[in-house]
Amino acid sequence: MATPLKAKVAAPRSNDNIVQGVKYNRSSSKRNNFEMVAWLFMRLSGVALVILIFGHLFVNLMTGEGVHRIDFGFVGGKLANPFWQVWDMLLLWLAMLHGTNGIRTIIDDYAQKDKTRAFLKVILFLASAFIILVGTLVIFTFDPCPTGAAAELLPSFCPAP
Amino acid sequence: MPNTPKNGTLYRGREGMWSWVAHRISGIAIFFFLLVHVLDTAMVRVSPEAYNAVMSIYKNPIMGLGEAALVAAIVYHAFNGIRIILVDFWSGGTKNHKTLLWGVLILWAIAMAGFLFRHLPIIFGGH
Repeated sequence: MATPLKAKVAAPRSNDNIVQGVKYNRSSSKRNNFEMVAWLFMRLSGVALVILIFGHLFVNLMTGEGVHRIDFGFVGGKLANPFWQVWDMLLLWLAMLHGTNGIRTIIDDYAQKDKTRAFLKVILFLASAFIILVGTLVIFTFDPCPTGAAAELLPSFCPAP
Repeated sequence: MPNTPKNGTLYRGREGMWSWVAHRISGIAIFFFLLVHVLDTAMVRVSPEAYNAVMSIYKNPIMGLGEAALVAAIVYHAFNGIRIILVDFWSGGTKNHKTLLWGVLILWAIAMAGFLFRHLPIIFGGH
């Protein structure tokens, strides 16, 4: 392969890629395949998210008394379990990255000025990084039995004060 | 249908375009709810009282209808996303994309019927 410098030199080149008399000399410097990786990520994370979100919705809205049963005791009990910690962390990271890339695509589609696109994407990336950071910290630094809280608000496994 | 002037184009105004429009709109709605949802769950880190106060908002019947709309958006986005993957990777996907879309809509209707059968009595107090 030619070096990037050589790629700028006009034909004739020693390694023209000629197919049926037509030259196919695209950039021979290293290609940036970020967009292909992003496209593939949307499909792979999408399949995982279908399982993760359907499980999340079923356990939180369909079992027990549905949304009426969700309180600190219920969520505290779930987040004290390593299985749900990992489930919720995967859900948080994959959903945020999938959603952020989706909004990035929409910004690229509809914002026509370079500066508008850059501005919107900076806001998007800052908001996404903040939400991922906050969510991850909550999952792993959360105390299901905080001292001083009323016992009837806490999960049943918390020791009596 | 053949691509005649009477029928417009192959894509514009037809199943392909509208499923794409619905995928975008549902995706945007889900993303903005996700931002709020991470922050409301973060209240567990503040205090049990703060979390329960936020969750009581979600138990209001009007918010319950909002949850139903959110689930409708998520289920559509999930099933249509799988249809997109099939169109991309399955050799028969492009040829059968309209049939696949009808499959998405039928599965969506079945899933929503099952969900609402459980969710509506919960939010309107019947448990």
